[in-house]
Amino acid sequence: MVSQVDPAAIDRIIDKYQSEEGILIQVLLDVQHEYNWLPEEALKRISERLEIPFSQVYRVASFYKAMSLTPRGKHLVRVCLGTACHVRGAPRILDKVERAINIKAGETTQDMKFSLERVNCLGCCALGPVMVIDGEAYGNLVPAKVEEILNKYD
Amino acid sequence: MVRLQSPAELEELRKHMLAKRDTKKPCITICSGTGCRAYASEKVSTAFEEEIKKQGLDNTIDIKTTGCHGFCEKGPLVVILPGEICYVQVKPTDVAQIISQTIGESKILDQLLYTDPVTGEKAVHESEIPFYKNQTRLVFGNNSKIDPTNIDDYIVLGGYSALSKALFEMTPEEIIAEVKDSGLRGRGGGGFPTGRKWEECRHAPGDIKYVIVNADEGDPGAYMDRSLLEGNPHSVLEGLIIGAYTIGSHVGYIYVREEYPLAVENVFIALSQAEKYGFLGTDILGSGFDFSIKVHRGAGAFVSGESSALMTALEGRVGEPRPKYIHTVISGIWDKPSTLNNVETWANVPLIINKGAAWYASIGTEGSKGTKIFSLVGKVNNTGLVEVPMGTSLRDIIYTIGGGIPKGKKFKAVQTGGPSGGCIPESLIDSPVDFEELSALGSMMGSGGMIVMDEDTCMVDTARYFLDFLSDESCGKCTPCREGIDQMLAILTNITEGKGQDGDIELLEEIAEVTKNASLCALGQTAANPVLSTLRYFRDEYEAHILEKRCPAGVCKALISYYIQPDKCQACLICYRNCPVGAITGAKKQIHVIDQNTCIKCGICFDVCPQRFSAVEKISGRPVPPPLPLEARVIKKKKSKGKK
Amino acid sequence: MKKITLIIDGTERTAQEGMTILEAAQEAGITIPTLCYHPSVTPSGSCRLCTVEILKGGKSRLVTACTYPVEEGIEVKTNSAAVRKTRKMLIELLLARCPSVPVLQELGREYGVKKPRLKKIKNEDCILCGLCTQVCQEKMGVSAINFVGRGVNRTVDFPFERMWDVCVACGACTYVCPTGHIQNEAHKVAQLKRKLGIERKCRYMLMGAVSNKLCPHNYECWRCEYDQRTEYRLCEHPVLALKLN
Repeated sequence: MVSQVDPAAIDRIIDKYQSEEGILIQVLLDVQHEYNWLPEEALKRISERLEIPFSQVYRVASFYKAMSLTPRGKHLVRVCLGTACHVRGAPRILDKVERAINIKAGETTQDMKFSLERVNCLGCCALGPVMVIDGEAYGNLVPAKVEEILNKYD
Repeated sequence: MVRLQSPAELEELRKHMLAKRDTKKPCITICSGTGCRAYASEKVSTAFEEEIKKQGLDNTIDIKTTGCHGFCEKGPLVVILPGEICYVQVKPTDVAQIISQTIGESKILDQLLYTDPVTGEKAVHESEIPFYKNQTRLVFGNNSKIDPTNIDDYIVLGGYSALSKALFEMTPEEIIAEVKDSGLRGRGGGGFPTGRKWEECRHAPGDIKYVIVNADEGDPGAYMDRSLLEGNPHSVLEGLIIGAYTIGSHVGYIYVREEYPLAVENVFIALSQAEKYGFLGTDILGSGFDFSIKVHRGAGAFVSGESSALMTALEGRVGEPRPKYIHTVISGIWDKPSTLNNVETWANVPLIINKGAAWYASIGTEGSKGTKIFSLVGKVNNTGLVEVPMGTSLRDIIYTIGGGIPKGKKFKAVQTGGPSGGCIPESLIDSPVDFEELSALGSMMGSGGMIVMDEDTCMVDTARYFLDFLSDESCGKCTPCREGIDQMLAILTNITEGKGQDGDIELLEEIAEVTKNASLCALGQTAANPVLSTLRYFRDEYEAHILEKRCPAGVCKALISYYIQPDKCQACLICYRNCPVGAITGAKKQIHVIDQNTCIKCGICFDVCPQRFSAVEKISGRPVPPPLPLEARVIKKKKSKGKK
Repeated sequence: MKKITLIIDGTERTAQEGMTILEAAQEAGITIPTLCYHPSVTPSGSCRLCTVEILKGGKSRLVTACTYPVEEGIEVKTNSAAVRKTRKMLIELLLARCPSVPVLQELGREYGVKKPRLKKIKNEDCILCGLCTQVCQEKMGVSAINFVGRGVNRTVDFPFERMWDVCVACGACTYVCPTGHIQNEAHKVAQLKRKLGIERKCRYMLMGAVSNKLCPHNYECWRCEYDQRTEYRLCEHPVLALKLN
């Protein structure tokens, strides 16, 4: 589902910052949040309005994990691989998730249902290993529980 | 909220608020930090709200959602005031009983109290729980008393009195002297003396200066700053405003990582409320001092938490570090003098101003003053946030407060300082937490992440894990970090896959030296620490992997095999049913056997085999015994006594 | 400008305040190897090859000469054992990434790098020095190409890997590239050759060095008198010599 970018929507986001300096990253985050990815037209508009070279905008978008230059799936699955979760067996959870939805971390399923990301610490270490789907946290995971959790999402 | 125009007005407001508060009125406080929310504490809060409404008790009982209490292992935590009765692991179904019995009839519900796993003793008050009893919660303690979305809670506890004192009773030079004398050192990892940093910045040429709160908290396993910012944002703001006044800055930045949406939200609320009261903006409290704060979110890059990288990100450019031969206190954001400090550092400042440097310096060790908040996580019973005076021993933190290692396992090492730090083994567990002491041991204080590891943790895999993390997070600008980490990672991966060779350790050490000495920023310079410290204390594990192709902890997949012991297997079919690839053959009364060629080493059979049988074992460093012939796999039922 | 006195390789030298150790060394005729340095752009300190040892206040430290400002009384050693050991490993690391790049092989010979010891050998020919992106940004002022991504997978490219019109085939990137990786000039010229009529603007016009000049030589600048004369006059690539930005 490639979204059509309305330049006015991008302008609205930029205008919120009232010509403040240094807001490129903040604008990109807001656009990412709005469209669930960063379409090329959005980057072009940002480059024009902020008078920043296009390659510079693209560079920033390609540097940060929170920004995606390809469309993301409907549900974002984030598996925590922070040290505490790692020590409690998180790699086996990631393995199970990857096998269950047939993609590797950093990818999106063909049907655009799930995007999978490795995260380095969500700050819920007491519940490790932890997985967050669409902001909802699932803790004290064992590989056996993974599939039934994923099946809850359509 | 009326804008306060003088310290006197602030004091009057505080007195007025205190007088209005009915300290005898029951108040149910529910921990709503991100950790407890993951335990569905919001459902508990809603249940309380609904029940209170249902029973028409809106005017007789207050509810307050607070920030993180710190005892994350036992969440959701509910503390009932005024008695301070602490209930742990509260569920929505407990709510009705709590209201009717504890509040209505002053009856304590034993089943919701904390029970000491060793003595069986129950603790009624939060302060009696061993986890809390042995801490010194000077900075973090107020979290349980404050609703972070209500600035009045902070004011009632004395909030902003330090700001008032700083603005009206002290000069910037006096404040610098006070902070210097206190011995406060940066809590983000660098440990640089805060007073000296402020002094250098104050004296740097230029009229425009910046102060920054570093809330990027990238170390995996560390979440102290998040809980502080979520739970008591005003303590950080107050410290920042005092710092700004001291240095002569009128614009401040708070850089929060985007993985902390609740912290971002609560900071915005705090800023708006502080502005309404006049603690921010123009002519603060009538002092003539102007100061405003902007919030920037991070975007998922560990390296951007490095101070020069963070400043570059604030300029809207890619958050990569720059050469720091000219200090950022002289040339920082937009090349202007900038003071960057960690969240916890700023939160310590109001305490120092209010209670004085001498008091602060009386806590801690010679070189490390005050307290430190640690996130105690990993293989430990009482996972949570722990605040102790500097100089407390690791043993006290892990055992006395942390409750030791779960499931009766043996302690192996504690990792401090995040990916820049190192592991400290059992033999050194009586070492005190102190900046210099931890560095001497090959680790570092870092931001406070403390990850406990047990006998089932492989130290070579741990080193590999950290390098994998750093390789992902390296900005890639400089050769030794970008290529050096990649090459060290390749060697370590080989070792964990059984492809280690003689000479690998020496090569690792050589690459480590160059990344340490030649990298542009601290990420690269400290990248080799996890490798070097695990080599220092666990060289035998490396040698076992390389020379014997054995993983002593039974972790490295390529070096372990799962084997069902024929004399223990009771043919219950549980592992057979759970194996995701059908690698187990077996039937009722027929001993199960794992086909080593099909097995993917996922370990599920090991997990699900009932404890009373414990038939599945991990073999490493020796060949797997061949499977029994089919006839020998029949389990003969044991004849019971008395029968023929 | 304040004069600074420092010792480089045992000899006392004077430098001007604001100079870097590299500039002071160059003035004194001492060669320090560099890869990511070019006098016409801001030093980035990314290759780390110019690492030198300094003694300051009794403490020894390794720093990069291209970014470290000269300080009164410091002692600089541009070729000590520690320095050579560091440079050797840096070259090994770069050779593992780009084994076929001539300038790296040459450095390898100079620093005694024999057979490869590192495990992961790649086949890149870009050392990520960033010079191409810097000249495009700082001298041409168009920033047509830039770094993309981070860490070991970082590359230099056009956004979305498409050659945008903002690139004018000035060739400055090709000129400064130490390894020969950058071929934008050739690719862009191929694009320009497909243009017709008054669109066939001379590259100097596209650069902004002249107004209204069309190309009569099918973008084969080696045949062009104007180009030969300008090159001869400037002794440097026009983008670097002329203040176009």
